[in-house]
Parts: sequence; structure tokens; C-alpha cells
Amino acid sequence: MTGLLTILILFGITIAIWQMVKIFDLAQANRDTSQIANDNDNSVNGYLMLAFLGFIYLITIISFALWGDLPLVSNSASEHGPEIDRLMIISMVVIFIVQTITQFLLHYFAFKYKGEKGRKALFYADNDKLEFIWTIIPVIVLAGLIMYGLFTWNDIMNVNEDEDPLVVELYAQQFNWKARYAGEDNVLGKANVRLIDLDKANILGLDESDPNAQDDIITTELHLPVGRPVLFKMRSQDVLHSAYMPHFRAQMNCVPGMITQFAFTPTVTTEEMRLNPDIYEKVRNINKIRNENSKKLQANGEEPLDRYEFDYLLLCNKICGKSHYNMQMKIIVETEEEYNEWINEQKQFKNSLVQN
Amino acid sequence: MSAHVDTHTHEDDHGHHHKETFVTKYIFSQDHKMIAKQYLITGIIMGIVGILMSLLMRMQIAWPEKPNVIFEALLGKWAPGGVMDADIYLALVTIHGTIMVFFVLTAGLSGTFSNLLIPLQIGARDMASGFLNMISYWLFFLSSVIMIISLFVEAGPAAAGWTIYPPLSALPLAQGGSGAGMTLWLVSMAIFIASSLLGSLNYIVTVLNLRTKGMSMTRLPLTIWAFFITAVIGVVSFPVLLSAALLLIMDRSFGTSFFLSDIFIQGEVLHYQGGSPVLFEHLFWFLGHPEVYIVLLPALGITSEVIATNARKPIFGYRAMVASIIAIAFLSTIVWGHHMFISGMNPFLGSVFTFTTLLIAIPSAVKAFNYITTLWKGNLQLNPAMLFSIGLVSTFITGGLTGIILGDSALDINVHDTYFVVAHFHLVMGISALYGLFAGVYHWFPKMFGRMLNKNLGYIHFWVTAVCAYGVFFPMHFIGMAGLPRRYYTNSNFPLFDDTQNVQILITIFALVAGLVQLVFLYNFIHSMFYGKKTEQNPWRSNTLEWTAPVEHMHGNWPGEIPHVHRWAYDYSKPGHDEDFVPQNIPLKDGEEELQH
Repeated sequence: MTGLLTILILFGITIAIWQMVKIFDLAQANRDTSQIANDNDNSVNGYLMLAFLGFIYLITIISFALWGDLPLVSNSASEHGPEIDRLMIISMVVIFIVQTITQFLLHYFAFKYKGEKGRKALFYADNDKLEFIWTIIPVIVLAGLIMYGLFTWNDIMNVNEDEDPLVVELYAQQFNWKARYAGEDNVLGKANVRLIDLDKANILGLDESDPNAQDDIITTELHLPVGRPVLFKMRSQDVLHSAYMPHFRAQMNCVPGMITQFAFTPTVTTEEMRLNPDIYEKVRNINKIRNENSKKLQANGEEPLDRYEFDYLLLCNKICGKSHYNMQMKIIVETEEEYNEWINEQKQFKNSLVQN
Repeated sequence: MSAHVDTHTHEDDHGHHHKETFVTKYIFSQDHKMIAKQYLITGIIMGIVGILMSLLMRMQIAWPEKPNVIFEALLGKWAPGGVMDADIYLALVTIHGTIMVFFVLTAGLSGTFSNLLIPLQIGARDMASGFLNMISYWLFFLSSVIMIISLFVEAGPAAAGWTIYPPLSALPLAQGGSGAGMTLWLVSMAIFIASSLLGSLNYIVTVLNLRTKGMSMTRLPLTIWAFFITAVIGVVSFPVLLSAALLLIMDRSFGTSFFLSDIFIQGEVLHYQGGSPVLFEHLFWFLGHPEVYIVLLPALGITSEVIATNARKPIFGYRAMVASIIAIAFLSTIVWGHHMFISGMNPFLGSVFTFTTLLIAIPSAVKAFNYITTLWKGNLQLNPAMLFSIGLVSTFITGGLTGIILGDSALDINVHDTYFVVAHFHLVMGISALYGLFAGVYHWFPKMFGRMLNKNLGYIHFWVTAVCAYGVFFPMHFIGMAGLPRRYYTNSNFPLFDDTQNVQILITIFALVAGLVQLVFLYNFIHSMFYGKKTEQNPWRSNTLEWTAPVEHMHGNWPGEIPHVHRWAYDYSKPGHDEDFVPQNIPLKDGEEELQH
């Protein structure tokens, strides 16, 4: 249906353009055939410039009104999240002001000074003072933003080992994620892809002789205790991947041959986030959309879509091959007790090996 | 090299023409005007392929599950039953990016207008070396042909993104497209780089050595400044990409480990050890970022010229404009790391690159303000070229401003590689540079073909494109901020993003309309080439030297002596003159002072 509608719209537009050309041509049949703008063209296009300014403002307002709540600008789920969000909002406000003013000047001048025969433009080639002003203003504004940005960046990237962070490895491969917990000693055992032994189920290439590796725990779901700093060590076995956790404002590439890292402290459990009014509303809206889509599917005799329930996600955000679009892992943030209960149910590395 | 042209005296040039055959005139021509046309037409053909690919991607994203007859017709075995294959989607992403960035906006834009305008605007009979110039075009043509051929490779064309990060691009085991498709991609790009370097060297030498009498560097039109500096950036940065490509070829074919280490794929450990993909990222972006300005500066140069001419006013702040071109060029070579904030490189480097990156906003802001001031109290002739130039300033501002977010390492963490980035760079370099290309074509079409483009078709072309460009890319920022990653074949595996799907459909509809309206331009271009209204010598009443040359093209550009230059290029509406323009070859009147700029 949408396809048909699109074809109809496109067809309509084609006809409209064709008709517009004919009208333009007819209107000018008896006048000059010069292909240089005359006063009439200047006037029409001048007004169109003004209309276009309106269009830019309109699309800005519509975008913010309709989709301004899509971004999770509020409701970050990590300790550093609100800092990034605050910087984001400040930057957006600056951008918004500059955009509104400069687009106004540009299009308004294009309208106001549209050409007329016989008028002469002002010969005005230089003004050092003016140019100085609009060099120095961006310098000051940018200096502020740079300082703020750098402090935030340093805060986020500096890992404080004294806080005893929970060490977790994120392991990427085409096209799924694994998590490796460091176990009771909180030290990850040595690993290298050269040690992978699929027959023994040593899928991440852990060094079987390393004592630190024995209590490591490999899982396909990422559980995190709320309020405790987590230090992620990223590894990839084949190509570049990127561990993207948008709700936590966290992202780092996974690079074959090296270990990268990123640390954050989750602050909101999955349960709490589901009850957050904004998220609740978002989920309700998504389920409404899914219900409608399900109806269409069922009408075609296909399976309806599952009901959506909010979960934090880890996505792959670096092009990594055919199934890049579906490389994800569920993240569950829970209380310390729930986390401990879950982690104790998982198999330690030494017990997960298949002995021949 | 330059001696060749200089030794032609005027009589010699125009008294007796060299025997010209069809082949030497239209195919293996050494005349810069013909080469410019060859670049333009090749660029347009590549542009059609590139834009078509983007429309296929947009349709796939908007209606992922629907079988589509268009897919089946165009993609053949890659869309069995009309359902697009995930691999070919990534190939479309890759080749669209490559074609648009390099083949359309580098060669098509810079190649066309540098070739056309440098000799004509500085008052030279031709490029310093016509022969190198010809070789440069034919290498470009060859690389285009190889890139197109790579689309028909059995295992699929290159599909690792236009940034071809290894290991994905290095290992056929990781992806079908990384086999023969990738080899052809690399060969094509290596030839392209050779072409680009020959062209750039020629431009630099020509601008430095062949300016006519009186054409000091401070009297150069801003177009020439832009082309000149662009060529310098190209010479500095393209060789680095060539080295990256060569090392990648070594890794792929000869077993070296420059970029690869510790890889386990499809059940086997590969021998590579000690290399680093991050090294490739550094090498790639050392070209990759300056490339943005290689694309953008010529467009800004064209805009400066078109805006001043059509506003009937001098460009405001000529000195500042030149200074900002140079500043942008310099800064562009020390900001590449902002593509790599989260690549795993040292966070301290991230701080440095944030600093340099945000600095580049300053010269950019100066340029935008100067354009706006040039319009102020002008007498604007809103020709299609002028509309595209104003459109360029508009998208340059809109797209440039979001660079403040992406250039800030802390903010980049959460929007890196999302649709926010796609929106940003398409506006600031894609659409802006494309507008620059269109502005140039509308403005200099009379110079190239001796005929005028139809202005009403031009108006329709501009206004529909302008609305659609914003319609496509403005909402895209918002789905990016919602965390939607780019380069996903479909988003239907993430219910989280279900509420962005209606935006995707809207964007696709705008994109289809924008694609369609380019046909109006194509019709106008081809039709006017043969049947357009014949032009007068100086239709836009412009000051620069190219309009003092006769409409009919000739070897050596001017019959008789090359005009001498007595003033800068922007004496529009100068008090004391009857006309509102004073061409550069008109001597100063008694008592008239040249503006100190």
C-alpha cells in the first residue's frame, strides 16, 4: 500500500513539474527569452527565499515537536550520562541560536535586496572591526565549549582503579557478543585468539594454565549491579566492532590485536527504567506501532510481532559484515543481590571446559 | 613544462591552427576547456550511478520487508524475488560513498572547474602541461571504468564502507566483497590518486607561473585561491592514502601484517601478528579529513565568485576570505583524529583533536558571515547559480553547526556512527559541495558550451532540491540522537527503534523526489547543450577574465594578446563608474585608486 502510494505521489510530482514548466514557458512566450534573471524572476525568487526561511523554521519546530522525545536526552542510566547530556543541551542551545539568526539574515537579505533594474549596490568591501567581532565571538564561545568538553571527556575516560571497579570483558565476533566476568579474584585471565580451542569449548581463547582464568565466567547476557563502577575491557576476534550502549552514553571500538577499555557506573536498574514515565510512554507508543504492524502481518497470514518490553542494549556500531544490523546483546542492570544470585548460577571457566 | 605554452606567440597560435582530428579534439584533447567538459560529463554519469544507489538504500531502509520490483530489476541476483541481500546493501553504502566523495565531488567538481577556470581566470593560454592534464583525465576515466566494473564481480563489490577499515576489507573470509571486489576498488583508487596528483601539480604550477601581467596573487579571484589551495591539500594528503592502499594490498595479497593481528575467523587462526587496524585509520583519515575540504573549498570558491557577481557587490573581506581558506587548509591536516575518538587511541590524543577540530569552526564562521554581509545592500540577481550559492551557505551553516557536537570528543561518544553523523556530513560537505557544483554549472555553462541553460528549469531544480535536502537530512539528526546506528540493513530487529520508522519513510519520500528532480537538470543540461539560447560574451556582466575571451572556444583562449590585469576581480558597483561592473582588464581611470585589500 505504501509502495503504491509512493508511486502515485512520485507520478503526481512528475506531472506537477511538467505542468509548471509549461506554465513558465507559456507565461514567457511573448516576453524576452533571455535566460538571465529579470526583475520579475528576482521578485518571485526573493519571496521564495522568505518562504524557504519559513520552511527551515517549520521543519525545525516540527522535528523538535514530533521527534524531540525520541532522543534519550534525559534518562541516561550512568553516572557520567547527565554530564554528557548537559553539555549536549548547552551545545544544542548555542547551535539553535546561531542557526536561527544566521539563516534569518541570509534569507532575509536575499529577499530584501533582490535586484531591481537601475538600482546600484553599495560598494562595501571591508570592515576590519566587524570582521574582528565575528572572529572573536566564535573564539570565545568555542573556547568555553572546548574547555567544558575536555573536562567532561577527561572525567569519562580516566579510569579510577581505586574504586575497585567490576572488571568485565566484552568480546566481539561476527555477529554476536560475549561477556566475560573476572570472577572472584576480579582479574581477567590471559587470553589470545590463538588459544581458541573449539573442541574443548574454549571459545574465547583463555589461557587454560593461567590461575586467574579459572574462575572467569563467560555469558551471553550482560548483567551489571547498579551503583558499582564497571571497567569494560573490549576484545574482538575477527574484524572491527564497536560496543555501543546508548542508554549509558558509552561506546568504544573493539579492535583485533589489542584491548580497549571504557568504564562507567550504571545508576538505574532495568526495572526502575521501565517505570520511568518517559520510557513507559515511549514503550507504549512503540507497542501501539507494533500492534498496527501485527494486524497487517496477520491479515497476510503471518506471525504477529512480539510485545516490546524495555531493555538496555549493547549494539554493534562499526560496520562488520553481513549481519552487522543484528549484532546485539541484552544488558540487565539489577541490584547487588540479584546480580550476585545470577552470577553464582553461571559456570566458571574451569568447569565449562569439555574434557576429552 | 610551462615553456611549451609560453613559446607559442599569439600569431603562432591563431594564424595557423594545428591540424585537429576528431580524436585530438574530442577524445585525447590537451585543451583545458575540453578536458573540463570531459571531467564534468564523466562526473555527471558517475553522479547518476551514485545517487541511484542512495535511492536504493533509502527504499530498503524505509520498506525493509517488502519485495520491490525495482530491486529485482536493478540488482538481479542480489535481490532474489525483489528482497535485497544484506551484503549488497553494504556494497551500496560503500560504492555510493566512494563515488560521491571521489568521483563526483573531487574529480567532477574540482577537476571540471579547476581545468576550466584556472587558465581562463588568470589569463593563461592553457595549463602548464596540457599533456599531463590529458593523462590526468584519462587516468580518472580509467579508474571510473574499473570502479564500475567492480560492481559486476561474482562475489560482490567492495562492501566494507568507503573507509575500507581492515580487517573487514582485508579478509575475503569476513565478507564476500573483500575478495576481487575490494582488489578492483583498491586498483581503481590507486589510479584515481595518480590522476588527482597529476591534476593538482598542474594546477599549482599553472597558478604560480602562468598568471598574466598584472595578475598578482592578491588580485586573484577567490575561485582561483580555492582551487590553488585545494590542489596543495591534495598533494599533501593523497599520497598518504596511496601508501595506506599499498600497505593494505600487501596485507591482502602478500601476507604482511601492517594492519592485522591475532585474528580467528571461520574456525581458523590466521598468521597475522603485530599489525594494528588503528594505524590504518590514522593513515586513512590523514587523507580522509582533508578530503572533506578538497571537496568543499572549490565549492566555496565558486560560491564566492557567483555571489559577488550576482550581488553586484565586492566580496566582503577578500583578505579574510583568503586567510580563512589558508587557515582551513592548514587546520584540515591536523584534525583527522576526530574520526577516531573511540577507536581505542589514547584519550589524551582525543583531547588534542577536539581542540584543533573546534578551531576550524572559526575560519568557517568568518566565511559564512562574510557571505551574508556580501548580500547586505546588494542588488541581487537571483539567477539559478545565485540560488544554489545561497543554498550552499544555508546548508553549510546548518551542517557545519552540528560539527560542534561531533568534534567534541565527549559528545561524540554517544552519536558516533549514528544517523546524526550521516545528517551532519551530508549537509556540510555532500549537499553543500553538490550545490557548489550546480552553481558552477549554471554560471559557467555559457562559457563551456556557448549556450545558456533554461532558467525556469533551473529554478524548479533548485527549489525542489532545496526543500528535499532539508526534508531528508534535518529529521535524520533526531533519529541519530535516538541512538540509531548507521549502515544497518534493516532496523526491524530492534523494537527500540520502531518509533523511528515513520521518520525513515518520510526521509525516503523526500529523497525519491530529490532524485527525480535531478532529471529536470539532466534534461536541461543535455537539451541546452545543443538547443539552448546562444549566449552573449559576458552574460552575467562579470569582472573576471574568462568573460573577455570569445564565446567560440579556441586554442590559446584569446585571439591576439592576453589581456593585462589592472585591478582586483571585485570592482562591482564601484562609485565613479557608469556600469555596475569593471572587468579586471580595464585600466584604472585617472585619479582612481585601487582598493587596498
